[in-house]
Amino acid sequence: MSDTDLPLSPEDVAEIAAILENSPFREIDIATGRFRLRVAKGDGSDAGVTQEWQWAGAGGEVAAVVASAFADDPDAVAAPLPGTFYHAPSPGAPPFVAVGDKVGPDSVIGIVETMKLMNPVHAGRAGTVAEVLAPNATMVAKGQPLIRLS
Amino acid sequence: MTIHRLFIANRGEIALRVIRTARRMGITTVLGVSEADRTSLPTREADEAVLIGPAPSSESYLSIPRVVEAASKAGCDAVHPGYGFLSENAAFARAVAAAGMVFVGPAPETLDKMGDKLEACALALAAGLPVLPGGEVASRGDLHARATETGYPLLLKAVAGGGGRGMRRVDAPGELEAAYDLASAEAEVAFGNGAVYAERFVARGRHVEVQILGDGTSAIHLGTRDCSIQRRFQKLVEEAPAPNLPDVARNGLEQAAVRLARHMNYRGAGTAEFLVDAENFSFYFLELNARIQVEHPVTEAVTGVDLVEQQLLIAMGKQLSLTQDMVRPFGHAIEVRINAEDPDADFRPHPGRVTRAAWPAGEGIRVDSHIASGGEVPPYYDSLIGKLIAIGASREEALTRLSRALGALKIEGLPTTASLHRTIAADPRFAAGGVDSHFLPGILP
Repeated sequence: MSDTDLPLSPEDVAEIAAILENSPFREIDIATGRFRLRVAKGDGSDAGVTQEWQWAGAGGEVAAVVASAFADDPDAVAAPLPGTFYHAPSPGAPPFVAVGDKVGPDSVIGIVETMKLMNPVHAGRAGTVAEVLAPNATMVAKGQPLIRLS
Repeated sequence: MTIHRLFIANRGEIALRVIRTARRMGITTVLGVSEADRTSLPTREADEAVLIGPAPSSESYLSIPRVVEAASKAGCDAVHPGYGFLSENAAFARAVAAAGMVFVGPAPETLDKMGDKLEACALALAAGLPVLPGGEVASRGDLHARATETGYPLLLKAVAGGGGRGMRRVDAPGELEAAYDLASAEAEVAFGNGAVYAERFVARGRHVEVQILGDGTSAIHLGTRDCSIQRRFQKLVEEAPAPNLPDVARNGLEQAAVRLARHMNYRGAGTAEFLVDAENFSFYFLELNARIQVEHPVTEAVTGVDLVEQQLLIAMGKQLSLTQDMVRPFGHAIEVRINAEDPDADFRPHPGRVTRAAWPAGEGIRVDSHIASGGEVPPYYDSLIGKLIAIGASREEALTRLSRALGALKIEGLPTTASLHRTIAADPRFAAGGVDSHFLPGILP
């Protein structure tokens, strides 16, 4: 939440950048209790100016699912990206694959929804579905085994 | 009426954008946040922030009861929906009004009509605008019959859609069913409505849109934007005005948009999207987005009009203070979307932490971003982490500034589309202006 500690608008930053560009200095570093702003010239004669903000308290909490180390199972089909894993194309529809199904490299075995996009997951190789490891509609981390082939 | 306390029912850069204008107008902002956004930049920047629910948007940003309850409890007199989420949801607009607050956007009846892409096309036809052949796919069994009408390639689109969600290109009959299932599932998740329609796909098309403002009685346009560079039907680069468009085509587009806005007594900010044939400049109405657009800054840059301010003034019941003659676009602006995606791996989204964000600054540069060094990109929402806008007296100057800014930009910790934008900015065809929708696929690995 905001307080009155040195509010800097985008216009203020543009002004700081202009002052810097017309000065012999390389960077301006401003630090307050709330934030640190570094406005800096790039390397080289025609490099642009950048603004780099760091907010107090930011970066402490990780909300995202972080990929942990998974046992390297050569028979597993892993999630190519983090997101919500779905067994079927829509709620109530039959699942893409069930135990005992034969699949080819291009067979879709499920969907991982990340950032509002449905990403089909391909088996990647031929085989028979031995086990479905990740439950339907659960968050999976990148690299997490989704199904196992035999 | 006057808005004193504004509830912002959104997140990310657009939440920050609305906060900035509201603050300048002396309006107190209350931001509704999900658990994943507790420490976000907009959360710190808003005057107040309230928790609306868990991270998944279905339980927070897309939950009408939770958002309305939060806004009501916070004593707000108006709700700004931003873009995406509930911004074009008529039921939400009605629920906001029923709770005694003003919805910053068009009338619910307008949202009903524009939210149904088929009804929107029917309305456009009635207003005298040209539209593409196509129609609703009522069921899976209906697919092939529709495809016969449109021919191949065709586009499957969400009836309730927008922003590329639930949209698939289909090149051959064999791909039709699988594409339909994915489009319908995506539409269901994004809009709570899995209905899909089929439309003829124009091969060499440019995507040109017209910004409109209406107060329910009169309507004006704020010129064109070209958004032909898209991937997965989501815009990556937008510029104002649309380059290399003959005056007769530009006037035609602008007048068509105004005609539609007047025909429906449009109230609010909106965007009429058109598909323009890249060879003969004939155009077809696609849809009217009844909200602020992601790419609105390029229009603001060339017109000097603050579109969020206009939205708020219209929501307060004021008549348009601008006339068509007062809108005198000057110069050129180009926006590139910096997304947390890997352009070398089919634009795979990449949530995670941005360890360092050095955004460009300086003359002719605007950055709208909610991500600073140490910022978190959650996996639940879209991948946009910031917009870089370069502005110049000419397109050439804007492009020079864009290239320089892209050279300086440093985002570390996750892959972004910045590398692709450097390629685009250096391409002589882009420098010449007026590329069509084939340009981007042609430069991808």
